Order: sequence, then C-alpha cells, then structure tokens
Amino acid sequence: MKNDNNIFSGDSMKYNAEVKISLKKGMLNPEASTIQRALALLGYGVEDTDTIKIIKFTVDEKNEELAKEEVEDMCQRLLCNPVIHDYEIKIALNNQ
Amino acid sequence: MKVGIIRFPGSNCDRDVFHAIKLAGGEPNYIWWNQRDLTDFDTIVIPGGFSYGDYLRAGAIASITPVIECVKDVVKEEKPVLGICNGAQILAEVGLVPGVFTNNKNARFICKRVELKVSSTKTPFTSMYKKNEIIEMPIAHAEGRYYGKEIEKLHDQDQIVLQFEGENPNGSMEAITGVCDESGLVCAVMPHPERASEAVLGSDDGLKFFKGMVNFRNL
Repeated sequence: MKNDNNIFSGDSMKYNAEVKISLKKGMLNPEASTIQRALALLGYGVEDTDTIKIIKFTVDEKNEELAKEEVEDMCQRLLCNPVIHDYEIKIALNNQ
Repeated sequence: MKVGIIRFPGSNCDRDVFHAIKLAGGEPNYIWWNQRDLTDFDTIVIPGGFSYGDYLRAGAIASITPVIECVKDVVKEEKPVLGICNGAQILAEVGLVPGVFTNNKNARFICKRVELKVSSTKTPFTSMYKKNEIIEMPIAHAEGRYYGKEIEKLHDQDQIVLQFEGENPNGSMEAITGVCDESGLVCAVMPHPERASEAVLGSDDGLKFFKGMVNFRNL
C-alpha cells in the first residue's frame, strides 16, 4: 500500500527510480523472436534475443529504503504481472 | 435482468454487447469506468476493445479503476460477471480468473472466425450449450495467448470454459481461450459471442452466452 508519509514535509529526498521488467525464464517472447527473424533478413545471425521494458520516474521519499518499498508496491499492483514477469528495481539519489 | 456494460476509454464492443443482450431479452445499461456503485445490476459484462490504449499490458490500467473495485463486490454477491476479449484480459489482470492472456505466439493481431469447444457448462453463460459442443465465433486480438500455472487445477475444478478446436491460432496452453473462477460465475473468454449473435452476422452460435446469462436464476 502507498504509505502516508507527507512528501511535502520538508525532509523528503528525490530519488531516481528505474524498474526493469522482463519475462520470466522460459516464457515465450514473440516480440524478441520477430526482431531476431528481422535481423536475420538483414543478414545478422544473432541468437538469444530478448526484450526488456524499463520504466523510469522520480519519487520523493524520506529515505532510499522507503522509496524502494513504494516502488515494490507499484510493481506488485500495476507495473508487472507477477504470473509472467520478473523485475529489478534500482533507486538512486537524484542530485539535480 | 438488469445488465451493466462497463465502458472504459478505448472500449469498442460496448454497443455490440448492448445489442446482443437486448436480442437475448435482457435489459442492458452502460456504466462508465468511474462509477462506484453497481448494486442496481444483476450481472456485469466487460466488453472488448483497447482500454487505455493497451498501454503497459492489455487490461492492466483498466484493472485498477474504481468500477473494477466494485466488480469485486459484485463477485462477492455471487452475481455473474462476463469479460469478453479486453474484458477477459482485465479479469485476468485483476486475478478474478486464473492465468493471463498475453502476446500471440505469432506476434500478430489475429481476426478470424474459429471453431471452439464448449469445455465447461458450469458458467451461466455456457449453461445453454451441451458439454463439448462445437461452436463458431470470431476472435480479434493480439494478446490472447493463455498462460497459466495451475492447468491441472483448472481441469479438476472444471474451470476451462472454451478451447480452440483444430487449429490453436495464438499458441494458448492446451488451446484454452476461456476460463472461469472456481464458482463458474466469473467467466473470461477471448472469442466474441456478441459478434456471432444473429444469423445476419454469419453465425448466431454466441447468442446462448447472453441467453444463459439472462435466464440465470430466472432473474
């Protein structure tokens, strides 16, 4: 659940969040196999083609741990479908 | 039988479903995505289309809308819910039916009439068919390949509603293209019964989906 920390309380920090979403191992990836076949048409004999989706945003939180927790919630509730997806979350302080 | 038809931005089979419900003798009503009270309705249909542009995954964004929260209450009240095509994808995203409908094996949008086997008659929507009856209805989707983790459980509990007969056009597990929850009251099908609801459309094999719904418990 979204926690109720007030992001305007003054002591929050801005973090860059990156969510990397891939299909679970063994899942068919028709997009990747289509790309691989198209590359073959151009004469490139590549193998093990995969596609990965990256979603990036910034998030205000009191600390890195809370930011990660919140992004984890987002993954479970909307960004990924746990039946078919694996995901990786990266959190880094936004210095700008 | 008061039937609610949910409309999202991007729904496009809502009017077809409205027509089919009328043909079957029901009383259709449109519901918008932000409605927060469905207590007036005896049953809910989530029609096909491309809700929210299919962004993220088909059905993902629709699955977190207020009206879908209310659909969960409708399910608790043991009223029937039918999801067709994008509606089926939404029900799977919410977890009201098991598994997911994901990208077709051939990575294409497939739009054609197919032969289907009615594998379960436990849902109100399939109650007027004979078990294992072969019917013809169209499919029209890019994300319809069924994938589930507990196929054995689906068999044991009679939760496989429709299967492709003959060719398996999208690569679905065990050619499954319609599933229901354990009770049978929540049903998700990729084929379009409303597009096969009168002879002028080339087939009226799908009309019994709506007749079965309208006659459920003689509401």
